[in-house]
Amino acid sequence: MLGGFDWDVIRRAAPYLFREGMTFTLTLTALAMLGGIVFGTLLAMMRLGSYRALATTASAYVNVMRSTPLVLVIFWFYFLVPWIGGWLLSATRPIQVGAFLSSLITFMMFEAAYYCEIMRAGIQSIPRGQMWAGYALGLSYWQTMGQIVLPQAFRNMLPVLLTQTIILFQDTSLVYVLSITDFLGAASKVAQRDGRLVEMYLFVAVVYFAISFGMSSLVKRLQLRLAVPSR
Amino acid sequence: MKYNWNWGIFWQLSPDGRGTYLDTLIAGLGWTLATALSAWIIALILGVIVGVIRTTPVRGLRIVGDAWVELFRNVPLLVQMFLWFFVVPELLPTSIGTWLKQLPHSAFYTAVVCLGLYTSARVAEQTRAGIQSLARGQRMAGIALGLTLPQTYRFVLLPMALRIVLPPLTSEFLNVIKNSAVALTIGLVELTASARSIQEFSFQVFEAFTAATLIYMALNLVVVTGMRWIEKRVAIPGLIGGGAAMPQAGH
Repeated sequence: MLGGFDWDVIRRAAPYLFREGMTFTLTLTALAMLGGIVFGTLLAMMRLGSYRALATTASAYVNVMRSTPLVLVIFWFYFLVPWIGGWLLSATRPIQVGAFLSSLITFMMFEAAYYCEIMRAGIQSIPRGQMWAGYALGLSYWQTMGQIVLPQAFRNMLPVLLTQTIILFQDTSLVYVLSITDFLGAASKVAQRDGRLVEMYLFVAVVYFAISFGMSSLVKRLQLRLAVPSR
Repeated sequence: MKYNWNWGIFWQLSPDGRGTYLDTLIAGLGWTLATALSAWIIALILGVIVGVIRTTPVRGLRIVGDAWVELFRNVPLLVQMFLWFFVVPELLPTSIGTWLKQLPHSAFYTAVVCLGLYTSARVAEQTRAGIQSLARGQRMAGIALGLTLPQTYRFVLLPMALRIVLPPLTSEFLNVIKNSAVALTIGLVELTASARSIQEFSFQVFEAFTAATLIYMALNLVVVTGMRWIEKRVAIPGLIGGGAAMPQAGH
């Protein structure tokens, strides 16, 4: 049954798959994670802050993002970013935005909503007295947040933030809908060119599994290390 | 630079010959609901079974359950979709494979199976967490009373655990609805795909996407409200409740 397959196609395509595809996937994952955590933390601070308008805006943003499928969000930004860019630069026509930039903005904005909820839980897990203590010492809001609350919140939430990043890594495969050459996109191109769908898609699945499984085992070990030792 | 808004677009006839663009959207919504609900039934049944066997004292069963969860959780949904659609029919005996490929609405059946199994791993994880959150004495008490292990699960553990995990299950249900959009890659014209087709035919991209987004948000609202009602009805007396205390990574 497995006689008709040509597994050598994987070896031949591997340089292309990893040099082009995996590089794109990993770069997108890393940058979207950084941008998403920064923007998500700001959103969380807005949601928890004392300015009503900011809190409402932030929670509306998070709720819209979280109730929309990622595929639809990818399409949204793909069409929206050129218009916003043109408007910002007061150009006469929507500007050209490259595939990488477009998907990076998409994933940063989308994942920020999820990182926001994680960071919000992280900030809420810190006793309120620490904020008051900071103020009492004469620190400003940003100093108290930046030097006292956020470092602890990050530490507490590190396993969840990393798990979210593994999900982000898997989700980047959806840029396929924009015909971008990420890891899956590259494999798909080779698969269709050579008529080797079975071999290529199985290989893609194995690689994604190995990376995600490896990463989540590491996160699990980290979780055990960070866990409160009592109980 | 000016975008020509035309909200009247939904009442114009679409070139797919099935009525107006609004009809296109409604047909898409129908496929989204059909896919999500069928997949959810599969996910609930399999997920509870796998979640239960991961907490049994039988080591072999636990390994199978853990493998199931890791397998479906660590491969992107899109890749799983391609595996079921392109790869599985090739690995089956030729006659069955051809039959599968020629099945009418094969994209729909593929999406249901794929999404159902994918979500079952997540439901299993929640079920396991729910069972393990119960006091260990409950299981022992059940056994001590002379119940068999299946009876202990049926009458003692599951009635508690399933009510505790209701809030996280709600968000998994929302995820199924959202994840059904991935099926557009194998040619299922669900809600997102129909918004996309309106954009391709009429170029009214932002109206189409806004409409789709609003429909997804409305679905979300209906599910959340419905589940709140159920949660309240089956709440366990004496627990603080509210559930969903721990933040979860998700999408």
